[in-house]
Amino acid sequence: MSTASELQNTEHLTGGHAHIHRDDVGAKLGMWLFLFTEVLLFGGMFLLYMAYRLEYTFEFQISAKELDMALGTVNTLILLTSSLTMALSIAAIQRNKKTLSLIFIIATISLALAFLVNKYFEWSAKFHHGIYPGATELAEKSNGEIIFFGLYYAMTGLHGLHVLIGIVVLLFMLVFVARNKITADNYMKLENSGLYWHLVDLIWIFLFPLFYLLH
Amino acid sequence: MNSQVLDVNSVDYLEYKGKHKGILAWILSTDHKRIGILYLVSLTTFFVVGVLLGFLMRFEMLSQGKTIVDAQTYNALFTLHGIIMIFLVIIPGIPAVFGNFFLPIQIGAKDVAFPRLNLLSWWLYLIGAIFALSSLFLSGGPIDTGWTFYIPYSSRYTSTNVILPLLGAFILGFSSILTGLNFVTTVHRLRAPGMTFFKMPLFVWAIYSTAWIQVVATPVVGITIILVMLERLFYVGIFDPTLGGDPILFQHLFWIYSHPAVYIMILPAMGVVSEIIPTFARRTIFGYKAIAFSSLSIAIIGYLVWGHHMFTSGMSDTSRWIFSFLTFIVAIPSGVKVFNWVATLYKGSIDLGTPLIYVLAFIFLFSIGGLTGLVLGSIATDIHVHDTYFVPGHFHYVMFGGTIFIFFAAIHYWFPKMFGKMYNEKWAKIAVGIMFVGFNMLYFPMFILGYMGMPRRYYDYLPEYAGLHILSTIGSWVLIAGLTIMIINLIKAVRGPKNAPMNPWGGLTLEWQVPSPPPLENFREIPEIKHGPYDYHYYEEEKVEYEHSK
Repeated sequence: MSTASELQNTEHLTGGHAHIHRDDVGAKLGMWLFLFTEVLLFGGMFLLYMAYRLEYTFEFQISAKELDMALGTVNTLILLTSSLTMALSIAAIQRNKKTLSLIFIIATISLALAFLVNKYFEWSAKFHHGIYPGATELAEKSNGEIIFFGLYYAMTGLHGLHVLIGIVVLLFMLVFVARNKITADNYMKLENSGLYWHLVDLIWIFLFPLFYLLH
Repeated sequence: MNSQVLDVNSVDYLEYKGKHKGILAWILSTDHKRIGILYLVSLTTFFVVGVLLGFLMRFEMLSQGKTIVDAQTYNALFTLHGIIMIFLVIIPGIPAVFGNFFLPIQIGAKDVAFPRLNLLSWWLYLIGAIFALSSLFLSGGPIDTGWTFYIPYSSRYTSTNVILPLLGAFILGFSSILTGLNFVTTVHRLRAPGMTFFKMPLFVWAIYSTAWIQVVATPVVGITIILVMLERLFYVGIFDPTLGGDPILFQHLFWIYSHPAVYIMILPAMGVVSEIIPTFARRTIFGYKAIAFSSLSIAIIGYLVWGHHMFTSGMSDTSRWIFSFLTFIVAIPSGVKVFNWVATLYKGSIDLGTPLIYVLAFIFLFSIGGLTGLVLGSIATDIHVHDTYFVPGHFHYVMFGGTIFIFFAAIHYWFPKMFGKMYNEKWAKIAVGIMFVGFNMLYFPMFILGYMGMPRRYYDYLPEYAGLHILSTIGSWVLIAGLTIMIINLIKAVRGPKNAPMNPWGGLTLEWQVPSPPPLENFREIPEIKHGPYDYHYYEEEKVEYEHSK
C-alpha cells in the first residue's frame, strides 16, 4: 500500500483508483459548502425573527423577560467550552496524542449532553407554565408573544436537533480515533466535525442575545 | 492492485462485475455513470406517472362540468402533477442524469469528488419520492394544496395528507443540496491537467452554475417547509394569520428558493444546447465566454427576482417596481444565449440529426415561453393575466418546451455513449415532429384562454371557453402519442445490438474520445487538455485526425 506521504498527495488523478480517493482540500471545500447551507437554513429563521421583531417590538421585549437568563448564560458557557475541547482534540491528534484526543472528544460530548439536559429543564419549566404552541394559557396572550415563543421553540428546537446530530457525529469520531481510522496524518474527518461543531456553537451565540438578552 | 487497475480500465461500466451482484450492483454502486442511469430510470418512471396525471386533468377539461373526476380529485391531480413534475423530474432532471454521467468525463475525471455522497443523494431522492407520493394511498386523501403549499390553507384548513409530501419535498431538497455540493467540489478539484475554467465545455459551466444555486437557494425552502409542518402540527403561529403570523412572509421565503429553482431547471438545458449546436454545426461555438458568463449571471440575478410571483399578494409599489425591473434584466443573459446559438448555426455545416431537431424545437418553444414570461414580469399585464391559464401556458412552454425537450435532446445526443447502442433515427424524428405539433396544440390555446380570463386550477369552465379547451385536450393526446413513439424507440434501442461507434456525431468534447459505453474509470490515462472544447479549426489546421465514424 501507499505511504503516508503519497496519501497526502492530492494529485490522485494519475493514481489507479478513482472511486474512493483521498482529497483533503476537496473534503474541506465540501464541508464549507455544507456549512454555508446550514447558515442559510437558519438564515431564513433569523429573517423571520427580524421581520416579527420590527412588527411586535414591545411584545418581544415582554416575552424575553420570561426566559431564564441564568440558564441561558450557563448554556452559552457550556457550548463555548465545548468548542474549546473540540479544537483541543484536533490539536491533540495532530501531535499524535491519541488518548488525549479521545479525552477531549468525550469532554465535548459530555458538554453537549449537559447543554441538552439544561435545555430540557428550561423547556419543561415553560411547558409547566403553559407556555408552548397550542396551549390555552399562551393562546390568551397577545399575537406578538405567541410568535415570540413560536420562534423560540422552532429556533432553539432546530438548534437542539443540530446539537443532537453533533453528538452522534462525535460518537463516530470517537470510534474512528480509537480504531486508528483518524490519525496524525489523516484527521480531516475530525477537523470537519470540528467545523460543524463550531457552527452549532456559533448559531447559539446569535440565538442567545436575540432571545434572552434583548429586553 | 495492478491487475485490478487493468481490469477496471478495459471493462465497460455496464459489464463490470464488482462486489455486488444483480440489482445490488446498481443500487449500491458509487460509479457516477451507474448513478446517472439510476436517476434516468427512476426519473423516467415518475415522468410517466406525471404525464398520466396531466392526461387525466386534460381529459376532465374535455367537457363542461364533471367529465371523469370531481373537483376534489381534480385538486389532488394538479397538486400531484406539480409535485412530481417539479420536485421529482425537472429539478433533479438534467444535472442528476446527464450531469452525473458526463460532468466527470467532460472535465477528464474518473468520478465525482464524493462518490458515496452521490449514491446517498440518489437514495434520498428515492425516499423523498416515496414520501411525496405516499399521501395518495393513505386515509385523508392525497394533498390538494397545489405544489406551492400556500399557507394558511396548507396549515389550517385542508384535511388531506400534507405532512408527508412536505417531508418528501424537504428530503428531496437535501438530496439536491448534496448533488450541488458534490458538483461544485468536483469542478474545483478534479479537472484534468490543462483543463482551465475557460477550456471547460459549456455544459460543465451550466451544471456548475446550477450547482451553486442548488447549494445557495435550497436551504431556504427547507426551513420554510419545516416551519409549515410545525405550523400544521403545533400551531406555532409563525405564518398563521389567526395567531398574528404573516402568510406573505411564507410566500417570500417559498419563492426565494422556488424562483431560483426555475433556473436550476433551465440552466442545465441551456448547457446541453451549447453542446449539441457546435457538434451538429461543425463549428466553434459563437461567444464562448459570453455564454459561460451568462450562465453565471442568470444564476446570480435569478436569485433576486422572486417577488414577481407576488405582484398581487400585497407588496409595496417600490418592491414591485424593483422586482419587475430585475425580472426584465434576466431576459438579457437569456437573450445573449439564444443569439449566440443562432450565430453558431450561421454558416455552419449543419447535420440535421435528431438532437439538433430537438434543439431547434427548443429554441422556438423557449422563445415563446420567454417572451410570454415578460408579459408576466411586467406589473400591469401581470395583474390582468395573473392566476389565469396564461401562467400554466407560460411555464409549460419554458419548463416542458425548454427543459424536458432538451432532456429528450440530451438522451438522443448521449444515448450512443451511455448504452453503446444506436436508436432508429427515422422514428426518433417522427416522434419529435408529432410531439412538436401536439405540444403547441396543447399549450398555445392556454395563452388565449388565460387572456380571455379562464382561471387556472378550476375543474370546470364557462361555455365560451369550450372550443379552446377541447383543442388543448386533443393536443394532449397527440403529444402523448409522440412521447410513446419516442420511449418505445429508445427501449427498442436499449434491447438492440451494441453498434454505436465511439464518436457518432463528430463531437470534440472528452466524452467522445472514450469508448461507447465508457470503461469503468472513464480514461485509460487522464488526458491533457491543450485546446478549447469546440476548436474545430484546431483539427483542420493541425490536420489531426479525430475519430468520426458516421
